[in-house]
Amino acid sequence: MRIGIDLGSRTVKAVVWQDGAIVRHQVTESGYEPHRQALAFLEQHPAARVVATGYGRHLLRQHEELSVITEIKAHALGARHLFPGCRTILDVGGQDCKVILLDESGRVTSFQMNDKCAAGTGRFLEMMGVSLGYELEEFGRAAADAEHGTPINSMCAVFAESEVVSLKNRGVPPGTIARSVHLAVAGRLAGMVAKSGYGDHLVFSGGVANNTTLVRLLELELGVAVLVPPAPSIVGALGAALHACTL
Amino acid sequence: MSEAFQVKSDTELWEKLGMDVARFSGMPGMLTQAYTNVFLSQKNRPAGMAYFDSMVENIHTGRIHEIMAVKESGKPVIGTFCVYVPEELIVAAGGVCVGLCGGAQGSIADAEKILPRNICPMVKSAFGFKVGKICPYFQAVDLVYGETTCDAKKKTWELLDRYVPTHVMEIPQMKRERDKVLWVEEVKDFKAAVDKIAGTETGFAEIAAAISTINAKRASLQRLNNLRHHNPSPISGKDMLLIEQIAFYDEPVRFTLKVNELCKELDQRIADGIAVAPASTPRIMVSGTPMALPNWKLHNIIETSGAVVVNEESCIGTRYYKDLIDEGSTSVEEQLERLTERYMKIDCSCFTPNDERIDQVIKEYRDSGAQGIIDYCLQFCHTYNIEAIKLREACEQRGIPFMAIESDYSPDDVGQLQTRVEAFIEQITG
Repeated sequence: MRIGIDLGSRTVKAVVWQDGAIVRHQVTESGYEPHRQALAFLEQHPAARVVATGYGRHLLRQHEELSVITEIKAHALGARHLFPGCRTILDVGGQDCKVILLDESGRVTSFQMNDKCAAGTGRFLEMMGVSLGYELEEFGRAAADAEHGTPINSMCAVFAESEVVSLKNRGVPPGTIARSVHLAVAGRLAGMVAKSGYGDHLVFSGGVANNTTLVRLLELELGVAVLVPPAPSIVGALGAALHACTL
Repeated sequence: MSEAFQVKSDTELWEKLGMDVARFSGMPGMLTQAYTNVFLSQKNRPAGMAYFDSMVENIHTGRIHEIMAVKESGKPVIGTFCVYVPEELIVAAGGVCVGLCGGAQGSIADAEKILPRNICPMVKSAFGFKVGKICPYFQAVDLVYGETTCDAKKKTWELLDRYVPTHVMEIPQMKRERDKVLWVEEVKDFKAAVDKIAGTETGFAEIAAAISTINAKRASLQRLNNLRHHNPSPISGKDMLLIEQIAFYDEPVRFTLKVNELCKELDQRIADGIAVAPASTPRIMVSGTPMALPNWKLHNIIETSGAVVVNEESCIGTRYYKDLIDEGSTSVEEQLERLTERYMKIDCSCFTPNDERIDQVIKEYRDSGAQGIIDYCLQFCHTYNIEAIKLREACEQRGIPFMAIESDYSPDDVGQLQTRVEAFIEQITG
């Protein structure tokens, strides 16, 4: 039995791998002490070999004997397992967005990652949704239903929020603003992907890939197929579990 | 040794220098702690590092006393911010040249009371050190000699002049014959400014001796860097960076002697197979913008992530010591021309075109036996940031793993940087 555990900024993801398949997976809120969520999960499977990834990987290693890999390697392994030929991966999580390029054999050849700025991340979408009074799922749906958006110029979470407030006060309907925010994020992510270069398709992983409106806008923006795995949040944890198989 | 290490205090000296003593008195303790964590925790350091440890212990005291003694004897003490300002001419006048570049987050809040926030952290840190009266070197100098290598610096000098006399040397941005004509004139003006403080005009013999002194200093660093390229590494990247930083405030003759002593020790280490990390350790070269003391952020992340830094293509690094001045001159005029020619070889990204730097980076990559390059750009340094595009292209053409990062002195991005550095190491090791 192998376990991959991905300690992200918003959620902790765990995948149990046995006999060549995922037998169990779990996504929980990170909370204040994310390693406790992870340790509670690991206690249920004391005999497993574990690999940790994500922002909290080193924190967990202080509490438990295990190996760590970066999110970049984890997502590369996970995405490659789900889409064997893929060469470009876009991963957007709570606080990071990254583009990972692979060679034919699946080796990482280069990657791009945002610095400390939250632009284009799940956190950004969440903040904008909150300031419009939407729940997360509603936010994407409202954006899909709106016919058009209005340009949002700032991708800084702080400035964009004041832009959203001023749009609200100009009487722009919330659905239109929701669409605008999605268009702005899709534009930013597409720019990041275009900078790295991409082939005829792209794998989109991370919690933000659950937002189907964003996926569609990204396809329109890039003009290629954007492939989303059935559970995009657990791709990193899956990659970590797969890495555990090689140890 | 690690129990004994302590950055020293001397409130009497600091009072005399007009520092904000109440505020500064916390600094030695903070530096002691940071240095202990970053440097003294390393295993198997060369014994010769003891001297450089002591230079850090004396950074706010012993070395300041030495500099003040020179100043009280009527010799010039000049602060600089750039490897383009010719220290040979200060040494020729019997004076002290101190590199003042600010490398600490602590003084940035002082600077931001006056300067815009979105400019280079090094410029802000340096300016803040003076405004906050929290740098003994800044308090000790007769004047600051700035230059025009970037917009943030050039315009900050106008404001800095209100706190300390600040002269500006014009560094051209192209390297044509007419630029050289201007450059030589600027070097002559610099010499005149130095001589004015000294009250004498330095002549051929003094300049020749100073050129020889600084050539020897640069040559010792070249020698050390060559030894350091050996695999397995006989010295850590962090220790090498520290020595490169100390080069900017230590007395040059003693510094050269100590670097050469360390080189002898490294020769022996290599012969005996003693190293700081096994030969299989991933080897990373850093290129880009300078890292002023105490900016050890990137090296610390790289070396605590299981790799070793094997070269700094940086102003604090090879850009400072890769070129020497021809010592065959027979007149002062000729000396100043040879000196200018040497300085014109420095390949800062403020020049256009600057393709020789791309070649130099590739050469140093090969010489150092590195397996990948991390290009380090201080936030808002547009010229290095844009030049990284050409550097990336050159690396991609040659199959050299390359990663560009942009960072400042704040700890906010350490988590993301660590992930990126670790992923880069995974990429190198496959």
